[in-house]
Amino acid sequence: MARTVVIDPVTRIEGHAKITLHLDDDGHLVDSRFHVVEYRGFETFCEGRPFTEMAGITARICGICPVSHLLAAAKTGDKLLAVQVPAAAVKLRRLLNLAQITQSHALSFFHLSSPDFLLGWESDPARRNIFGLMAADPELARAGIRLRQFGQQILELLGGRKIHSAWAVPGGVRSPLSLEARDWILGRLPEAQATIRLALELHKRLLDGPLQQEQRLFGSFPSLFMGLVTPQGLWEHLDGQLRFRDSEGTIVADGLREDDYADFLAEAVEPWSYLKFPYYRPLGYPDGMYRVGPLARLNVCEHIGTAWADRELAEFRQRSGRVATSSFAYHHARLVEIVACLEAIAVLVEDPELLGGRIRSHASLNRNEAVGVSEAPRGTLFHHYRVDDNGLLTKVNLIIATGQNNLAMNRTVHQIARAYIPDPVPAGVEIPEALLNRVEAGIRCFDPCLSCSTHAAGQMPLAISLVAADGRVLAERCRG
Amino acid sequence: MSVITLQVDGHDVAVPAGSTLLQAIQAAGLSVPTLCHLDGLDPVAACRLCLVEVEGSQRLLPACASEATEGQVIHTDTAQLQGYRRMAVELFFAEGNHVCAFCVANGDCELQDVAVAVGMDHSRFPYQDPQRSVDASHPRFSLDHNRCILCTRCVRVCDQIEGAHVWDVAERGSDCRIVAGLDQPWGEVDACTSCGKCVDVCPTGALFAKENTTAEKHPHPERAHQLRRAREQQQWIR
Repeated sequence: MARTVVIDPVTRIEGHAKITLHLDDDGHLVDSRFHVVEYRGFETFCEGRPFTEMAGITARICGICPVSHLLAAAKTGDKLLAVQVPAAAVKLRRLLNLAQITQSHALSFFHLSSPDFLLGWESDPARRNIFGLMAADPELARAGIRLRQFGQQILELLGGRKIHSAWAVPGGVRSPLSLEARDWILGRLPEAQATIRLALELHKRLLDGPLQQEQRLFGSFPSLFMGLVTPQGLWEHLDGQLRFRDSEGTIVADGLREDDYADFLAEAVEPWSYLKFPYYRPLGYPDGMYRVGPLARLNVCEHIGTAWADRELAEFRQRSGRVATSSFAYHHARLVEIVACLEAIAVLVEDPELLGGRIRSHASLNRNEAVGVSEAPRGTLFHHYRVDDNGLLTKVNLIIATGQNNLAMNRTVHQIARAYIPDPVPAGVEIPEALLNRVEAGIRCFDPCLSCSTHAAGQMPLAISLVAADGRVLAERCRG
Repeated sequence: MSVITLQVDGHDVAVPAGSTLLQAIQAAGLSVPTLCHLDGLDPVAACRLCLVEVEGSQRLLPACASEATEGQVIHTDTAQLQGYRRMAVELFFAEGNHVCAFCVANGDCELQDVAVAVGMDHSRFPYQDPQRSVDASHPRFSLDHNRCILCTRCVRVCDQIEGAHVWDVAERGSDCRIVAGLDQPWGEVDACTSCGKCVDVCPTGALFAKENTTAEKHPHPERAHQLRRAREQQQWIR
């Protein structure tokens, strides 16, 4: 009899989701689905609001990456005003995004994912979290928390608050960097660099040791990768142009403008998930599967452009290939990106232009439609607004990184389940906890937004069920 | 100038004849919450936050619009009044769409301040979630009906100080709303001088400059009083 294994809810994630593993009559795994079961409706309830509010509204979409929406909304607002953003404001925004990527990646690695690596997949779930890490390796845990604090503190120094700041506005930013803030950043940079050096050494040791199997089995498959690059093809996080590269290393499309996203991206809808399935339009659905985020950014760029980060990138490619196709490599890519961010922050804060001068351009509405883009920690983010002649929104489309990784996340879940679930699954089987953890860890590879609450505290309240094709629950196991 | 004496919360106070109870309360060094009241504008007693108890009176009196009389004994902060005030503020929040998180007035909003002052941490009344619009037809300013509490400060400042009388109140009950001109888009009302006084005196984020984003509105309600004093007493003091 055909059965379905349900992990519901996938909790301690940013939002609500469940995973179902579908078995055929003989107990063989035939399909795996990652369902996002929440409906938020931002695109609809923003309609009728002034576009100037979008930075403030959309920053509320997420508590981990509000900066990404803030910047995408501000950039879309820039285009609606048709103004040139002052150079100082551009640099200040870049500083904000670098700090955002740093803190978010630090959260993903130290707080959420490293307990799996360091304490073990089979370790006690009650202790497989940041508190368990603090008990096992207090120095590492403290360093990780302080690295995240470094990024968060920069967000507060710039925007007045760590979360949900509305500091970036259409036309620029609200305030410059203060001298005291600059000195604080400079003072804490060496510690942040030491921490990421430590984390990289540790992670590489794990990759060479106990995590070799995970690199093969956690979402290792060919796909396209998309991200921003500079016009010269270097790593980029806020401006620049879009590039697609395939798993063979071929640049499939380059120099793409966000304004034309509808020409190369399309979104599919599945009845079992509220999360859309964007795909690369020329290849169709689902063959147009692509990945975004740190792994994609490292895959699409030629170099990063700073010395230490480029050395780390070279080693990353030596380990994973010119184009890393394992989703497990997202973790390593995050650490490399933190290096890149810290180096870029070190250069930026020495720029006297950040301390004052013109930081905001003012204008009335000059366009009725615009698309803005930014690289969120977990991937490329598009904001598309259409407004009436009074500046009230008539259409909003947000294409979020998590959605763009949706096809790949489903594939990753399927691959992990196939690797770890017994084949066939005997009737009435107990689902091992370590399997649940590995399946979730597959999702965690992609997206701190979906993993932001996993491993945060205690154990995951997870339910997994074997459901017959006719809907009867054959076996059930819960924790949490 | 004749003087009257009265007692406010146990304090004896003397004020010029013709003073309001609100002025007597302030003269005693005390305060009551207000929203519709604004020095420089005629009182309307619309918000009911400044209600006080007067011994010998069966009903509560709005301090902003009630004249102080000799020998009155006033109570401004009884448990009954605290309960009514909190209820009134809860109703303001329940009947409109007040989302502080991204409001232009967040952090500089009189409704927000009053909610804190009366200890409101939630509304006991179901939120009405009304479907209201934003009038952004004016080239410089916008009116967000979602955030309007119908205090009519805009109506009065435009009529009594600017002399343009752009604003009025239309409809009744839950349909009641501020309208420009003859219920026209604000930007089409020729009478508007674009002076911005209505924006300056608005206690919430209902009226705001178009360039304002979250928490960027910093109103100047004191200007109504300054202008009136300058006009009537030739005192140009800020």
